[in-house]
Amino acid sequence: MRPRLALSLFLLALAAPAAGEVIHQERSLYRDITVEQNGPRRCLIFNVHRGDRNQTCIDLNEPERLVFNYTRMSFAGLLLTPEPESILVAGLGGGSIPMTFGDLFPDALIDVVEIDPAVVSVAREFFMFEETANMEVHVNDARVFIKRAVLEGRKYDYIMLDAFTGDYIPEHLLTREFLEEVKQILNPDGVLVANTFSTSRLYDHESVTYQRVWNEFYNFKLPTSGNRIIITRDGALPPRGELVGAAQRLAESMEKYSIPLLEYPARMSTRVDWDMSRRVLTDQYSPGNLLRD
Amino acid sequence: MKGASSSPLPRPVVASVAFVSGFCIMTVEMLGARIMAPYFGGSVSVWGSIITVFMLALAVGYLLGGRLSMRNPNALVFASFYVSAALFSLPIILFADTIMRPIFLAVEDARYGSLLASIVMFSAPTTLLGMISPYSVRLLVESQEHSGQMAGLLFFVSTIGSAAGTLGTSFYFVLWFEVNRILWGAVTALLIAAAIILLAGYMRGSLSLRVSSHET
Repeated sequence: MRPRLALSLFLLALAAPAAGEVIHQERSLYRDITVEQNGPRRCLIFNVHRGDRNQTCIDLNEPERLVFNYTRMSFAGLLLTPEPESILVAGLGGGSIPMTFGDLFPDALIDVVEIDPAVVSVAREFFMFEETANMEVHVNDARVFIKRAVLEGRKYDYIMLDAFTGDYIPEHLLTREFLEEVKQILNPDGVLVANTFSTSRLYDHESVTYQRVWNEFYNFKLPTSGNRIIITRDGALPPRGELVGAAQRLAESMEKYSIPLLEYPARMSTRVDWDMSRRVLTDQYSPGNLLRD
Repeated sequence: MKGASSSPLPRPVVASVAFVSGFCIMTVEMLGARIMAPYFGGSVSVWGSIITVFMLALAVGYLLGGRLSMRNPNALVFASFYVSAALFSLPIILFADTIMRPIFLAVEDARYGSLLASIVMFSAPTTLLGMISPYSVRLLVESQEHSGQMAGLLFFVSTIGSAAGTLGTSFYFVLWFEVNRILWGAVTALLIAAAIILLAGYMRGSLSLRVSSHET
Protein backbone atom coordinates (compact mmCIF):
# COMPACT_ATOMS: atom_id res chain seq x y z
CA MET A 1 0.00 0.00 0.00
CA ARG A 2 2.71 2.43 1.03
CA PRO A 3 4.82 2.24 -2.17
CA ARG A 4 1.74 2.52 -4.30
CA LEU A 5 0.63 5.58 -2.40
CA ALA A 6 4.07 7.12 -2.80
CA LEU A 7 3.98 6.38 -6.50
CA SER A 8 0.56 7.89 -6.99
CA LEU A 9 1.56 10.98 -5.04
CA PHE A 10 4.61 11.26 -7.25
CA LEU A 11 2.52 10.93 -10.39
CA LEU A 12 0.05 13.43 -9.03
CA ALA A 13 2.86 15.90 -8.44
CA LEU A 14 4.03 15.38 -12.02
CA ALA A 15 0.57 15.80 -13.46
CA ALA A 16 -0.46 18.84 -11.47
CA PRO A 17 0.74 22.17 -12.78
CA ALA A 18 3.24 23.81 -10.49
CA ALA A 19 1.00 24.91 -7.64
CA GLY A 20 0.50 28.61 -7.55
CA GLU A 21 -0.48 30.84 -4.71
CA VAL A 22 -4.14 30.94 -3.79
CA ILE A 23 -5.17 34.58 -3.83
CA HIS A 24 -8.90 34.15 -3.38
CA GLN A 25 -11.21 31.43 -2.24
CA GLU A 26 -14.94 31.40 -1.68
CA ARG A 27 -17.81 29.00 -1.51
CA SER A 28 -20.75 30.11 -3.56
CA LEU A 29 -24.19 28.55 -3.73
CA TYR A 30 -23.09 26.48 -6.70
CA ARG A 31 -19.42 25.67 -6.27
CA ASP A 32 -16.14 26.36 -4.58
CA ILE A 33 -14.31 29.12 -6.37
CA THR A 34 -10.53 29.44 -6.18
CA VAL A 35 -8.29 32.00 -7.83
CA GLU A 36 -4.68 30.97 -8.13
CA GLN A 37 -1.71 33.04 -9.16
CA ASN A 38 1.41 31.48 -10.61
CA GLY A 39 3.89 34.03 -11.94
CA PRO A 40 2.00 36.19 -14.41
CA ARG A 41 -0.65 33.52 -14.91
CA ARG A 42 -3.87 33.79 -12.94
CA CYS A 43 -6.42 31.00 -13.00
CA LEU A 44 -10.00 30.50 -11.96
CA ILE A 45 -10.64 27.02 -10.61
CA PHE A 46 -13.99 25.52 -9.68
CA ASN A 47 -14.16 22.79 -7.04
CA VAL A 48 -10.43 22.44 -6.61
CA HIS A 49 -10.84 19.64 -4.06
CA ARG A 50 -12.40 17.39 -6.63
CA GLY A 51 -9.49 17.96 -8.95
CA ASP A 52 -11.29 20.07 -11.53
CA ARG A 53 -9.12 21.67 -14.09
CA ASN A 54 -8.72 25.37 -14.51
CA GLN A 55 -11.81 27.11 -15.72
CA THR A 56 -10.12 30.17 -17.16
CA CYS A 57 -6.60 31.49 -17.03
CA ILE A 58 -5.24 34.84 -18.04
CA ASP A 59 -1.72 36.05 -18.51
CA LEU A 60 -1.50 39.34 -16.64
CA ASN A 61 1.28 40.55 -18.95
CA GLU A 62 -0.77 39.85 -22.09
CA PRO A 63 -4.36 39.84 -20.91
CA GLU A 64 -5.75 39.66 -24.45
CA ARG A 65 -4.04 36.39 -25.20
CA LEU A 66 -6.36 33.43 -24.71
CA VAL A 67 -4.52 30.80 -22.71
CA PHE A 68 -6.75 27.80 -23.29
CA ASN A 69 -7.45 25.89 -26.43
CA TYR A 70 -11.13 25.60 -25.74
CA THR A 71 -11.58 29.34 -25.29
CA ARG A 72 -9.75 29.88 -28.57
CA MET A 73 -11.86 27.21 -30.25
CA SER A 74 -15.00 29.05 -29.17
CA PHE A 75 -14.25 31.61 -31.85
CA ALA A 76 -14.34 29.08 -34.69
CA GLY A 77 -17.97 30.11 -35.18
CA LEU A 78 -16.61 33.26 -36.81
CA LEU A 79 -15.79 31.11 -39.82
CA LEU A 80 -19.54 30.85 -40.42
CA THR A 81 -20.63 34.23 -39.08
CA PRO A 82 -17.66 36.58 -39.38
CA GLU A 83 -19.33 39.78 -38.21
CA PRO A 84 -21.87 39.15 -35.47
CA GLU A 85 -23.82 42.19 -34.35
CA SER A 86 -25.48 40.51 -31.40
CA ILE A 87 -23.85 37.89 -29.22
CA LEU A 88 -25.10 35.72 -26.40
CA VAL A 89 -22.65 33.94 -24.10
CA ALA A 90 -24.11 31.47 -21.60
CA GLY A 91 -21.61 30.87 -18.81
CA LEU A 92 -19.20 33.61 -17.77
CA GLY A 93 -16.25 31.85 -16.15
CA GLY A 94 -13.39 34.33 -15.93
CA GLY A 95 -15.01 36.35 -18.69
CA SER A 96 -12.35 35.92 -21.37
CA ILE A 97 -14.79 34.86 -24.08
CA PRO A 98 -17.13 37.87 -23.76
CA MET A 99 -14.15 40.22 -23.25
CA THR A 100 -12.59 38.99 -26.48
CA PHE A 101 -15.90 39.42 -28.30
CA GLY A 102 -16.15 42.95 -26.91
CA ASP A 103 -12.64 43.69 -28.08
CA LEU A 104 -13.22 42.20 -31.54
CA PHE A 105 -16.64 43.74 -32.10
CA PRO A 106 -16.94 46.92 -30.04
CA ASP A 107 -20.29 47.77 -31.65
CA ALA A 108 -21.88 44.37 -31.12
CA LEU A 109 -24.48 43.98 -28.39
CA ILE A 110 -23.32 41.28 -26.01
CA ASP A 111 -25.47 39.52 -23.42
CA VAL A 112 -23.79 37.26 -20.91
CA VAL A 113 -25.84 34.90 -18.74
CA GLU A 114 -24.30 33.49 -15.59
CA ILE A 115 -26.23 31.68 -12.88
CA ASP A 116 -23.75 32.31 -10.08
CA PRO A 117 -23.42 35.91 -8.85
CA ALA A 118 -20.16 34.98 -7.10
CA VAL A 119 -18.57 34.10 -10.44
CA VAL A 120 -19.53 37.52 -11.77
CA SER A 121 -17.85 39.35 -8.90
CA VAL A 122 -14.73 37.16 -9.07
CA ALA A 123 -14.45 37.80 -12.82
CA ARG A 124 -14.70 41.54 -12.17
CA GLU A 125 -12.27 41.60 -9.29
CA PHE A 126 -9.59 39.19 -10.47
CA PHE A 127 -9.93 38.80 -14.24
CA MET A 128 -10.35 42.37 -15.37
CA PHE A 129 -13.83 41.62 -16.62
CA GLU A 130 -15.78 44.79 -17.23
CA GLU A 131 -19.25 45.41 -18.51
CA THR A 132 -19.51 48.09 -21.14
CA ALA A 133 -22.30 50.10 -22.67
CA ASN A 134 -22.76 47.23 -25.13
CA MET A 135 -22.08 44.31 -22.84
CA GLU A 136 -24.40 43.30 -20.04
CA VAL A 137 -24.22 40.42 -17.59
CA HIS A 138 -27.50 38.84 -16.50
CA VAL A 139 -27.45 36.74 -13.36
CA ASN A 140 -29.94 34.12 -14.41
CA ASP A 141 -30.35 30.54 -15.50
CA ALA A 142 -29.55 30.25 -19.21
CA ARG A 143 -32.71 28.27 -19.91
CA VAL A 144 -34.91 30.92 -18.31
CA PHE A 145 -33.05 33.75 -20.05
CA ILE A 146 -33.37 32.08 -23.45
CA LYS A 147 -37.04 31.21 -22.96
CA ARG A 148 -37.70 34.87 -22.21
CA ALA A 149 -35.69 35.93 -25.25
CA VAL A 150 -37.95 33.68 -27.34
CA LEU A 151 -41.01 35.42 -25.91
CA GLU A 152 -39.61 38.88 -26.48
CA GLY A 153 -38.47 38.00 -29.98
CA ARG A 154 -34.81 38.84 -29.27
CA LYS A 155 -32.36 37.18 -31.63
CA TYR A 156 -28.62 36.75 -31.81
CA ASP A 157 -26.02 36.29 -34.52
CA TYR A 158 -23.62 34.32 -32.34
CA ILE A 159 -24.71 32.09 -29.48
CA MET A 160 -22.03 30.55 -27.32
CA LEU A 161 -23.06 27.86 -24.84
CA ASP A 162 -20.35 27.41 -22.25
CA ALA A 163 -22.33 26.51 -19.16
CA PHE A 164 -20.73 23.18 -18.29
CA THR A 165 -18.19 23.32 -15.52
CA GLY A 166 -17.44 19.62 -15.64
CA ASP A 167 -18.71 19.19 -12.13
CA TYR A 168 -22.50 19.29 -11.99
CA ILE A 169 -24.12 19.25 -15.39
CA PRO A 170 -27.21 21.44 -15.85
CA GLU A 171 -29.35 18.74 -17.39
CA HIS A 172 -32.03 21.12 -18.62
CA LEU A 173 -29.45 22.66 -20.97
CA LEU A 174 -28.86 19.39 -22.80
CA THR A 175 -32.35 18.66 -24.03
CA ARG A 176 -34.01 18.75 -27.43
CA GLU A 177 -36.54 21.28 -26.16
CA PHE A 178 -33.77 23.59 -24.99
CA LEU A 179 -31.97 23.40 -28.33
CA GLU A 180 -35.24 24.16 -30.10
CA GLU A 181 -35.56 27.29 -27.99
CA VAL A 182 -31.97 28.23 -28.85
CA LYS A 183 -32.82 27.76 -32.50
CA GLN A 184 -35.66 30.22 -32.17
CA ILE A 185 -33.39 32.99 -30.94
CA LEU A 186 -30.71 32.45 -33.58
CA ASN A 187 -30.76 34.79 -36.57
CA PRO A 188 -30.94 33.13 -40.01
CA ASP A 189 -27.26 33.84 -40.65
CA GLY A 190 -26.26 33.21 -37.06
CA VAL A 191 -24.13 30.48 -35.57
CA LEU A 192 -24.39 28.31 -32.48
CA VAL A 193 -21.19 27.25 -30.75
CA ALA A 194 -21.43 24.85 -27.83
CA ASN A 195 -18.58 23.73 -25.63
CA THR A 196 -19.58 20.21 -24.68
CA PHE A 197 -18.47 16.77 -23.63
CA SER A 198 -15.90 14.79 -25.53
CA THR A 199 -15.96 11.64 -23.46
CA SER A 200 -18.41 9.31 -21.77
CA ARG A 201 -21.81 8.08 -22.85
CA LEU A 202 -22.96 11.67 -22.75
CA TYR A 203 -20.99 12.31 -25.95
CA ASP A 204 -23.26 9.93 -27.84
CA HIS A 205 -26.50 11.16 -26.28
CA GLU A 206 -25.57 14.77 -26.85
CA SER A 207 -24.51 14.21 -30.44
CA VAL A 208 -27.76 12.39 -31.21
CA THR A 209 -29.74 15.24 -29.64
CA TYR A 210 -27.90 17.96 -31.59
CA GLN A 211 -28.34 15.96 -34.76
CA ARG A 212 -32.07 15.69 -34.15
CA VAL A 213 -32.51 19.44 -33.77
CA TRP A 214 -29.89 20.79 -36.21
CA ASN A 215 -29.59 17.91 -38.71
CA GLU A 216 -25.86 18.36 -39.02
CA PHE A 217 -23.10 20.11 -37.17
CA TYR A 218 -19.36 20.52 -37.20
CA ASN A 219 -17.68 18.42 -34.60
CA PHE A 220 -14.60 20.38 -33.70
CA LYS A 221 -11.88 18.68 -31.70
CA LEU A 222 -8.19 19.33 -31.23
CA PRO A 223 -5.78 16.61 -30.14
CA THR A 224 -4.41 18.96 -27.50
CA SER A 225 -7.76 19.73 -25.90
CA GLY A 226 -10.18 17.57 -23.98
CA ASN A 227 -13.09 19.60 -25.25
CA ARG A 228 -15.39 19.03 -28.16
CA ILE A 229 -16.96 22.10 -29.69
CA ILE A 230 -20.18 21.81 -31.63
CA ILE A 231 -20.66 24.43 -34.32
CA THR A 232 -23.86 24.64 -36.29
CA ARG A 233 -26.50 26.88 -37.77
CA ASP A 234 -30.07 26.76 -38.97
CA GLY A 235 -29.89 25.36 -42.49
CA ALA A 236 -27.13 23.70 -44.45
CA LEU A 237 -23.53 24.05 -43.36
CA PRO A 238 -21.13 25.81 -45.73
CA PRO A 239 -18.64 23.71 -47.72
CA ARG A 240 -15.19 23.43 -46.18
CA GLY A 241 -13.66 25.65 -48.90
CA GLU A 242 -15.73 28.51 -47.62
CA LEU A 243 -14.41 27.95 -44.11
CA VAL A 244 -10.83 28.02 -45.36
CA GLY A 245 -11.48 31.28 -47.19
CA ALA A 246 -13.02 32.82 -44.09
CA ALA A 247 -10.09 31.62 -41.98
CA GLN A 248 -7.64 33.32 -44.35
CA ARG A 249 -9.55 36.56 -44.19
CA LEU A 250 -9.86 36.56 -40.41
CA ALA A 251 -6.56 34.99 -39.35
CA GLU A 252 -4.67 38.22 -38.91
CA SER A 253 -7.20 39.82 -36.60
CA MET A 254 -7.05 36.70 -34.41
CA GLU A 255 -3.31 36.74 -33.81
CA LYS A 256 -3.53 39.12 -30.92
CA TYR A 257 -5.64 36.57 -29.02
CA SER A 258 -3.50 33.57 -30.05
CA ILE A 259 -6.41 32.03 -31.95
CA PRO A 260 -4.90 29.82 -34.70
CA LEU A 261 -7.92 30.11 -36.94
CA LEU A 262 -6.10 28.77 -40.02
CA GLU A 263 -5.70 25.38 -38.35
CA TYR A 264 -9.37 25.06 -37.55
CA PRO A 265 -11.21 24.20 -40.81
CA ALA A 266 -9.25 20.95 -41.17
CA ARG A 267 -10.36 19.93 -37.68
CA MET A 268 -14.04 20.58 -38.21
CA SER A 269 -15.78 17.44 -39.27
CA THR A 270 -19.35 16.39 -40.01
CA ARG A 271 -18.48 12.69 -39.80
CA VAL A 272 -20.69 10.69 -37.46
CA ASP A 273 -18.42 9.15 -34.83
CA TRP A 274 -21.01 8.46 -32.16
CA ASP A 275 -23.46 5.71 -31.40
CA MET A 276 -26.58 6.79 -33.26
CA SER A 277 -28.80 4.34 -31.39
CA ARG A 278 -28.56 6.38 -28.18
CA ARG A 279 -31.66 8.05 -26.83
CA VAL A 280 -32.31 11.71 -27.58
CA LEU A 281 -32.13 13.82 -24.41
CA THR A 282 -35.44 15.54 -23.72
CA ASP A 283 -37.06 17.44 -20.86
CA GLN A 284 -38.61 14.08 -19.98
CA TYR A 285 -35.36 12.14 -20.17
CA SER A 286 -32.12 13.90 -19.33
CA PRO A 287 -30.01 12.04 -16.78
CA GLY A 288 -26.83 13.86 -17.85
CA ASN A 289 -25.14 13.50 -14.51
CA LEU A 290 -25.70 9.75 -14.51
CA LEU A 291 -24.39 9.33 -18.05
CA ARG A 292 -20.98 10.81 -17.60
CA ASP A 293 -19.05 7.73 -16.50
CA MET B 1 -55.83 -11.30 20.05
CA LYS B 2 -57.52 -8.11 20.98
CA GLY B 3 -55.10 -6.19 18.77
CA ALA B 4 -55.92 -8.27 15.73
CA SER B 5 -59.61 -7.75 15.89
CA SER B 6 -60.17 -4.23 17.19
CA SER B 7 -58.21 -2.34 14.57
CA PRO B 8 -59.99 -1.77 11.24
CA LEU B 9 -56.89 -2.93 9.31
CA PRO B 10 -54.08 -5.41 9.96
CA ARG B 11 -50.82 -3.87 11.05
CA PRO B 12 -48.75 -5.15 8.05
CA VAL B 13 -51.24 -3.60 5.65
CA VAL B 14 -51.12 -0.19 7.30
CA ALA B 15 -47.33 -0.35 7.47
CA SER B 16 -46.99 -1.31 3.80
CA VAL B 17 -49.24 1.44 2.52
CA ALA B 18 -47.46 3.94 4.78
CA PHE B 19 -44.25 2.88 3.04
CA VAL B 20 -45.89 3.48 -0.35
CA SER B 21 -47.04 6.98 0.61
CA GLY B 22 -43.57 7.93 1.87
CA PHE B 23 -42.06 6.54 -1.31
CA CYS B 24 -44.43 8.47 -3.58
CA ILE B 25 -44.00 11.77 -1.73
CA MET B 26 -40.28 11.76 -2.37
CA THR B 27 -40.53 10.45 -5.91
CA VAL B 28 -42.75 13.39 -6.85
CA GLU B 29 -40.56 15.82 -4.90
CA MET B 30 -37.37 14.64 -6.62
CA LEU B 31 -39.00 14.96 -10.03
CA GLY B 32 -40.39 18.39 -9.16
CA ALA B 33 -37.09 20.11 -9.87
CA ARG B 34 -36.84 18.39 -13.23
CA ILE B 35 -40.40 19.26 -14.17
CA MET B 36 -39.85 22.92 -13.37
CA ALA B 37 -36.32 23.36 -14.79
CA PRO B 38 -37.45 24.12 -18.36
CA TYR B 39 -39.40 27.14 -17.08
CA PHE B 40 -37.62 28.24 -13.94
CA GLY B 41 -34.12 26.86 -14.34
CA GLY B 42 -31.95 24.74 -12.14
CA SER B 43 -30.99 27.28 -9.54
CA VAL B 44 -30.99 26.58 -5.82
CA SER B 45 -34.13 28.68 -5.42
CA VAL B 46 -36.15 26.18 -7.46
CA TRP B 47 -35.26 23.47 -4.97
CA GLY B 48 -36.09 25.93 -2.21
CA SER B 49 -39.58 26.45 -3.67
CA ILE B 50 -40.24 22.75 -3.97
CA ILE B 51 -39.07 21.82 -0.50
CA THR B 52 -40.96 24.72 1.07
CA VAL B 53 -44.21 23.75 -0.62
CA PHE B 54 -43.80 20.09 0.28
CA MET B 55 -43.09 20.94 3.92
CA LEU B 56 -46.06 23.29 4.18
CA ALA B 57 -48.39 20.87 2.43
CA LEU B 58 -47.31 18.01 4.66
CA ALA B 59 -47.78 20.20 7.74
CA VAL B 60 -51.34 21.03 6.70
CA GLY B 61 -51.94 17.38 5.83
CA TYR B 62 -50.80 16.24 9.28
CA LEU B 63 -53.21 18.67 10.88
CA LEU B 64 -56.16 17.68 8.71
CA GLY B 65 -55.42 13.97 8.89
CA GLY B 66 -55.20 14.16 12.66
CA ARG B 67 -58.49 16.01 12.81
CA LEU B 68 -60.23 13.48 10.56
CA SER B 69 -58.88 10.56 12.60
CA MET B 70 -60.97 11.65 15.58
CA ARG B 71 -64.24 10.69 13.91
CA ASN B 72 -64.76 7.06 13.26
CA PRO B 73 -61.40 6.07 11.72
CA ASN B 74 -62.01 3.50 9.01
CA ALA B 75 -60.57 1.85 5.95
CA LEU B 76 -62.81 3.64 3.46
CA VAL B 77 -61.65 7.11 4.44
CA PHE B 78 -58.07 5.86 4.61
CA ALA B 79 -58.27 4.45 1.08
CA SER B 80 -59.84 7.65 -0.18
CA PHE B 81 -56.67 9.58 0.80
CA TYR B 82 -54.68 7.39 -1.58
CA VAL B 83 -57.21 7.62 -4.39
CA SER B 84 -57.49 11.39 -4.16
CA ALA B 85 -53.71 11.83 -3.88
CA ALA B 86 -53.41 9.80 -7.09
CA LEU B 87 -56.10 11.88 -8.81
CA PHE B 88 -54.60 15.20 -7.69
CA SER B 89 -51.21 14.05 -9.02
CA LEU B 90 -52.62 13.73 -12.53
CA PRO B 91 -52.35 17.45 -13.38
CA ILE B 92 -48.58 17.19 -12.85
CA ILE B 93 -48.50 14.62 -15.63
CA LEU B 94 -51.19 15.98 -17.93
CA PHE B 95 -51.11 19.74 -17.51
CA ALA B 96 -47.61 20.69 -16.30
CA ASP B 97 -46.94 22.91 -19.30
CA THR B 98 -50.42 24.39 -19.22
CA ILE B 99 -49.85 25.31 -15.59
CA MET B 100 -46.30 26.59 -15.86
CA ARG B 101 -46.52 28.58 -19.08
CA PRO B 102 -48.88 31.33 -17.82
CA ILE B 103 -46.93 31.52 -14.55
CA PHE B 104 -43.70 31.95 -16.49
CA LEU B 105 -45.36 34.69 -18.53
CA ALA B 106 -46.81 36.49 -15.55
CA VAL B 107 -43.99 36.24 -13.03
CA GLU B 108 -40.60 37.54 -14.15
CA ASP B 109 -38.68 36.45 -11.07
CA ALA B 110 -37.97 32.70 -11.36
CA ARG B 111 -37.97 32.34 -7.56
CA TYR B 112 -41.58 33.39 -7.18
CA GLY B 113 -42.54 31.73 -10.45
CA SER B 114 -41.26 28.38 -9.23
CA LEU B 115 -42.88 28.91 -5.82
CA LEU B 116 -46.25 29.61 -7.43
CA ALA B 117 -45.93 26.69 -9.83
CA SER B 118 -44.99 24.38 -6.94
CA ILE B 119 -48.04 25.49 -4.98
CA VAL B 120 -50.36 24.86 -7.90
CA MET B 121 -48.91 21.49 -8.87
CA PHE B 122 -47.75 19.92 -5.64
CA SER B 123 -49.70 21.27 -2.68
CA ALA B 124 -52.92 19.26 -3.16
CA PRO B 125 -51.42 15.78 -3.63
CA THR B 126 -48.82 16.37 -0.93
CA THR B 127 -51.40 17.58 1.58
CA LEU B 128 -53.44 14.45 0.91
CA LEU B 129 -50.38 12.25 1.33
CA GLY B 130 -49.56 14.09 4.57
CA MET B 131 -53.02 13.24 5.96
CA ILE B 132 -52.11 9.58 5.78
CA SER B 133 -49.52 9.66 8.59
CA PRO B 134 -51.66 10.69 11.59
CA TYR B 135 -54.64 8.77 10.27
CA SER B 136 -52.64 5.54 9.98
CA VAL B 137 -51.39 6.02 13.53
CA ARG B 138 -54.98 6.25 14.72
CA LEU B 139 -55.89 3.10 12.80
CA LEU B 140 -53.30 1.08 14.66
CA VAL B 141 -53.46 2.59 18.13
CA GLU B 142 -55.55 0.56 20.52
CA SER B 143 -54.33 1.77 23.82
CA GLN B 144 -52.67 4.78 25.24
CA GLU B 145 -49.46 3.00 26.18
CA HIS B 146 -49.00 1.71 22.64
CA SER B 147 -49.66 5.01 20.89
CA GLY B 148 -46.04 6.16 20.92
CA GLN B 149 -44.85 2.78 19.72
CA MET B 150 -47.32 2.74 16.82
CA ALA B 151 -46.47 6.30 15.83
CA GLY B 152 -42.79 5.36 15.94
CA LEU B 153 -43.36 2.29 13.78
CA LEU B 154 -45.31 4.23 11.17
CA PHE B 155 -42.87 7.13 11.03
CA PHE B 156 -40.11 4.57 10.67
CA VAL B 157 -41.78 2.75 7.79
CA SER B 158 -42.92 5.83 5.90
CA THR B 159 -39.57 7.54 6.29
CA ILE B 160 -37.77 4.43 5.05
CA GLY B 161 -40.21 4.59 2.11
CA SER B 162 -39.24 8.23 1.55
CA ALA B 163 -35.55 7.32 1.56
CA ALA B 164 -36.16 4.53 -0.92
CA GLY B 165 -38.24 6.82 -3.15
CA THR B 166 -35.53 9.47 -3.11
CA LEU B 167 -32.72 7.08 -3.92
CA GLY B 168 -34.62 5.03 -6.46
CA THR B 169 -35.79 8.10 -8.36
CA SER B 170 -32.54 10.03 -8.41
CA PHE B 171 -30.20 7.09 -8.99
CA TYR B 172 -32.15 4.80 -11.27
CA PHE B 173 -35.66 5.75 -12.41
CA VAL B 174 -34.53 8.92 -14.22
CA LEU B 175 -31.92 6.85 -16.00
CA TRP B 176 -34.42 4.24 -17.13
CA PHE B 177 -37.70 6.10 -17.68
CA GLU B 178 -39.16 9.38 -18.77
CA VAL B 179 -40.39 11.67 -16.00
CA ASN B 180 -44.06 11.14 -16.81
CA ARG B 181 -43.70 7.39 -16.83
CA ILE B 182 -42.23 7.52 -13.32
CA LEU B 183 -45.14 9.71 -12.23
CA TRP B 184 -47.61 7.23 -13.72
CA GLY B 185 -45.81 4.60 -11.69
CA ALA B 186 -46.37 6.60 -8.50
CA VAL B 187 -50.06 7.10 -9.35
CA THR B 188 -50.45 3.38 -9.97
CA ALA B 189 -48.71 2.55 -6.69
CA LEU B 190 -51.11 4.84 -4.80
CA LEU B 191 -54.13 3.23 -6.46
CA ILE B 192 -52.85 -0.26 -5.70
CA ALA B 193 -52.34 0.80 -2.07
CA ALA B 194 -55.96 1.99 -1.99
CA ALA B 195 -57.14 -1.32 -3.44
CA ILE B 196 -55.19 -3.25 -0.82
CA ILE B 197 -56.69 -1.14 1.96
CA LEU B 198 -60.21 -1.72 0.68
CA LEU B 199 -59.62 -5.42 0.26
CA ALA B 200 -58.10 -5.83 3.71
CA GLY B 201 -60.87 -3.75 5.25
CA TYR B 202 -63.50 -5.80 3.49
CA MET B 203 -61.92 -9.05 4.65
CA ARG B 204 -61.82 -7.81 8.21
CA GLY B 205 -65.44 -6.79 7.96
CA SER B 206 -64.67 -3.23 8.93
CA LEU B 207 -65.74 -1.76 5.64
CA SER B 208 -69.17 -0.55 6.53
CA LEU B 209 -70.86 2.18 8.43
CA ARG B 210 -70.92 -0.06 11.46
CA VAL B 211 -67.20 0.44 11.95
CA SER B 212 -68.01 2.71 14.85
CA SER B 213 -68.90 -0.40 16.82
CA HIS B 214 -65.18 -1.22 16.92
CA GLU B 215 -64.67 1.72 19.20
CA THR B 216 -64.65 1.39 22.97
